[in-house]
Amino acid sequence: MTTTAPSPFAPPPEATRTTYLNAGTGLRSWLLTTDHKRIAVLYTLAITAFFGLGGVMAFLMRLELLTPPSDLFTIDTYNRLFSAHGIVMVWFFLIPSIPTTLGNFLLPLMIGTRDLAFPRLNLLSFYIFLVGGLFTLAAVSFGGIDTGWTFYTPYSTSFSQTRVFLVVMGIFVMGFSSILTGLNFVVTTHTLRAPGMTWNRLPLFVWSLYATSLIQILATPVLTLTLVLLGMERWFGVGIFDPALGGDPILFEHLFWFYSHPAVYIMILPGLGVISELITCFSRKHIFGYNWIAGSSLAIAAFGFLVWGHHMFVSGQSVYAGLVFSVLSFVVAIPSAIKVFNWIATLYMGRIYLRTPMLYAFAFIGLFVIGGMTGLIVASLAVDVHVHDTYFVVAHFHYIMVGGMLTAYLGGLHFWWPKITGKLYPEGWGIAAAILIFVGFNLTFLPQFIMGYLGMPRRYGAYAPEFQVYHVLSTAGSTVLGVAYLLPLGYLLWSLKYGPDAGPNPWNATGLEWTTPSPPPPDNFDEAPVVRDMPYAYHLEHRQFMDPDEAGALAAKKASRSED
Amino acid sequence: MHSDSRSADPFGRDARLRLYKTAAALFALLGLTVAVYVLPVPAAWATPAGLLIAAAKAALVVAVFMELAGSSRLVRLAAATGALWLLILFALTLGDYLSRGALPAL
Amino acid sequence: MPELATTLPGRPAPPFDSVGQQASARRLGMWVFLASETLLFGAFFLAYTVYRRLYPEAWAAGAQHDSLAIGTALTGVLLLSSLTAALAVAASKARAWRAVTGLIAATVGLGVFFIGLKFYEYWLHWQDGFVPALHFTHADPHLDLFFVFYFLMTLLHALHMSIGIGLWTLLGVQAHRRRLRDEAAVETTGLYWHFVDLVWLFLYPLLYLVK
Repeated sequence: MTTTAPSPFAPPPEATRTTYLNAGTGLRSWLLTTDHKRIAVLYTLAITAFFGLGGVMAFLMRLELLTPPSDLFTIDTYNRLFSAHGIVMVWFFLIPSIPTTLGNFLLPLMIGTRDLAFPRLNLLSFYIFLVGGLFTLAAVSFGGIDTGWTFYTPYSTSFSQTRVFLVVMGIFVMGFSSILTGLNFVVTTHTLRAPGMTWNRLPLFVWSLYATSLIQILATPVLTLTLVLLGMERWFGVGIFDPALGGDPILFEHLFWFYSHPAVYIMILPGLGVISELITCFSRKHIFGYNWIAGSSLAIAAFGFLVWGHHMFVSGQSVYAGLVFSVLSFVVAIPSAIKVFNWIATLYMGRIYLRTPMLYAFAFIGLFVIGGMTGLIVASLAVDVHVHDTYFVVAHFHYIMVGGMLTAYLGGLHFWWPKITGKLYPEGWGIAAAILIFVGFNLTFLPQFIMGYLGMPRRYGAYAPEFQVYHVLSTAGSTVLGVAYLLPLGYLLWSLKYGPDAGPNPWNATGLEWTTPSPPPPDNFDEAPVVRDMPYAYHLEHRQFMDPDEAGALAAKKASRSED
Repeated sequence: MHSDSRSADPFGRDARLRLYKTAAALFALLGLTVAVYVLPVPAAWATPAGLLIAAAKAALVVAVFMELAGSSRLVRLAAATGALWLLILFALTLGDYLSRGALPAL
Repeated sequence: MPELATTLPGRPAPPFDSVGQQASARRLGMWVFLASETLLFGAFFLAYTVYRRLYPEAWAAGAQHDSLAIGTALTGVLLLSSLTAALAVAASKARAWRAVTGLIAATVGLGVFFIGLKFYEYWLHWQDGFVPALHFTHADPHLDLFFVFYFLMTLLHALHMSIGIGLWTLLGVQAHRRRLRDEAAVETTGLYWHFVDLVWLFLYPLLYLVK
């Protein structure tokens, strides 16, 4: 049934059609491309490499933490490890991830147009991202920094003996990539929707990308300015944030977190959008509460800007400000919860198909709820006084970022892999990897909640012996997780050469991206699409679920019939 | 009407006259700024007055030179969003400082 | 007799279907970018505000050392350049290329004059020992902080102006050779230039007029 098909990268034989992959071969055609699909592939390679680097840092940290004393690395080295892990993961994996990969690839396809509004700006964004990444890699190879990814002053400006300036430059540069990508997505969504693609027919993934882009545009400039001030203070010794010279470290924290809190919504919103796509397809049901889910994305983007002080409860900020930020942090949880309720309502009375993307979607819902509920715990000012700077916080954000965002990314990657590459991945391996990731993840991070609550501080390379059992469990889990992440890397690459052809719509899913061949032609659509149907019309007769193999066979039959 | 003749000939007499008049108003406001600074205005009023005049100049530049007055709703929404978000940054940050008593009350 | 602005020859760049669609997308794109710039400079203004409320005497003393004459001249030059820029945009819509070239040249000239005067002012501050970290000869750390803000804010502004001058120069050359393919570019550059002027309109009272 499944035959070895020619690689999508090979030069086409006579009868093979032109796809974005084989239209123009050679390095120049890839490095100077303005095709959003090729740029998405370039980004995917880059962020996968950064994820690997950040993951190695994490693993080294977990090795050290197997035993209470700091016996594997010095404390100074450990500080550099967790700083590098945070910086690489936050700015060079999590922030760009879904928007620059799945977003870049799918946004024009989903709204029915040929490319983004500013294709050359898109390419420029990629190279800016790379340059920023190279600065940061250079800094890491020179030993990195020991300030944590948060660069609190005056330690980062006046006391740290590490390459702070170089790292700050890397992130400063990367910020422009973020702003320009967001700008591109917003203008594209407003101006290039196909005829009939009204705002209330847009896929929810597009709504989430739009909300994410708003945050990128409005929050990142404040980080840019803050890093400039930090860099100036570091380079010239001026006292902007140095209390000895009249500066205020809390001002740094306000400026830093004004960006960095909305940044976490940059990271999670696209993931939330992916889940809406997966839930509908694999329960064969129209989404419940479309308007509520779309609106909640915008609400999260807006309210996310009002809560940054919850990172500063114990910083010296006024207690009244703390109260206000605490209340607002509870409010911002509401739109996220609205999404979860609507997904559950969508599942109800649906026909569920437990394929790999759906396993990731289910994992997401459970882990995101845990992350979200523990978020409410740390948002409670009185409780946070005790758990701030402990492993409780570390576990909370890893549940959201890894259990949530990374899970959604993998789910989306599997769901759209046939569209992007024209190949089907091996379903058995997909399911095995998803389960292993889920087990490894929980083994890694669940003990961290407990030990954090019991008082284990974060960013410590040496700790009191009573926490060792939790650390051992956590390191065991991270080993399972590390191996589990290698599985998709392996079988997805394998499928490029040996996977069966996918056909245009292996999942029989709704959405314009599934109406075009897999992989798509360079201009996305052979004919400009016109939209008439509501989104997620899974209740219609012809939207029965098909296994991808059947869908491939059906597509092949149709193709041979049309050639007669 | 005004807007018709303007869009019919964007570089015609009416259109250019409007720009010249706006520039004249801006220079008048600049003169007012200097006057307010030089004259013995009570210190507490000096800064708010200066900023208010700056805001008036800004309004003219935005509405006329940047043509926000004649732009689409979407463009005006984009401009308003930038301004509103800046307000959020100021309000919540200064709220912390003021409620700590760290700064002299406004 | 200039052609009506409604006829826009030239083909749109992909993926746009019409020049009008492309122009409105470019306009929206520039306004969205200006929203991000508002937050960039805005964060600077916020930091300035916090420290000004903390150290009002140092701030007033620092502003006294800024020349009112130079500051006012700078503001006047910039306002004038906004006028020439607005006229250039209007001329481009009427496709009056000679006027466009001349007005862009005037804008560039005024912009260069602004930068020159600014650097002259910096030189004066150097003479008086008011350049933080490099040549600051007064013992007040809060005064130092004022001048840190003075230099960094005006340098950031000058950097943006220089980019604007560069963009105008490119457009001016294209207009002169009657090879301006993207007419929307004049409008979007104009928007950027006016924004940079806006920033200065607020820098002027905050750096020169503090009592």
